[in-house]
Amino acid sequence: MGGSSPCASCKLLRRRCAKDCIFAPYFPSDEPHKFAIVHKVFGASNVSKMLQELPILQRADAVSSLVYEANARVRDPVYGCVGAISYLKNQISQLQMQLAVAQTEILCIQMQQQESALPTQIHQDDCKPFLLANNNNLDSISQYLNFASSSNVIQDPADLKRESFWT
Amino acid sequence: MSSGRCAACRYLRRKCTEDCILSPYFPSNNPQRFVSVHRIYGASNVSKLLLRLPIHVRAEAADSLYFEAQCRLEDPVHGCVGLVFMLQQQIQAAESQLVKTRVQIAVMKSQAQHPQPREAESSFNNPFLRHFDNDANLSFSNQISSGFI
Repeated sequence: MGGSSPCASCKLLRRRCAKDCIFAPYFPSDEPHKFAIVHKVFGASNVSKMLQELPILQRADAVSSLVYEANARVRDPVYGCVGAISYLKNQISQLQMQLAVAQTEILCIQMQQQESALPTQIHQDDCKPFLLANNNNLDSISQYLNFASSSNVIQDPADLKRESFWT
Repeated sequence: MSSGRCAACRYLRRKCTEDCILSPYFPSNNPQRFVSVHRIYGASNVSKLLLRLPIHVRAEAADSLYFEAQCRLEDPVHGCVGLVFMLQQQIQAAESQLVKTRVQIAVMKSQAQHPQPREAESSFNNPFLRHFDNDANLSFSNQISSGFI
């Protein structure tokens, strides 16, 4: 790649592409946008330093993640990848709430089935508080879901930082 | 900053002017914050990026750059993208669990609405419900193994 056709990096940087060019294996000349976006966000010199500090086997993965991050940053200059992380965490919270609602519904159905199966052994009054409590929970959970889905709340990146790494 | 240089200008060993673009977001009491961001993005790229943004969102942008820089320093191969993939996997698992649970609810409701009398009912202990429940569990398992879920 170094002899006849410079890699995308050297083409953009307008320099001779050496045989041991660190970028050449990961930024082929037929994908110029890939290096362009990484260079725009991180800078060629920083990318070169990052790759040099990694074992060769890990460099392809590193380049993929850098391209992903750079794309995210260009799409959303304020939040970058953090925007995607925040969105995904919200999705997980909503799914967990829906799962809790569904599991509560199963408990209610089971309680009702047990009630109808053993009417003389279990007094209905014994189940009522439990059923009422779960129905109230379902209402409040539904209200919470409506709030979560209607608002555009994005978590404070500082909170995401604390959750993710300082555990 | 009349009281002193910001963390960025201190690190870069330059005069910190009053209109320094970095000083509101890289105060001198947190030098590590700028060091992390500078190592990954470079001061020049950070300045360019912040300059392109309206003032009211620059603080958020600086925070997210710091977060991503820290991710990259902790995991030089994947950076924060590792976290993205992990969250996507968690979502897939949660969705799968939710579908299974909802199918279970549908089966249980179907049982309750259309009971199939197979044995004579006992007024004291209703065995046919227990029998029917076992059958429902089998069909639910079959649904999972046959790729319904």
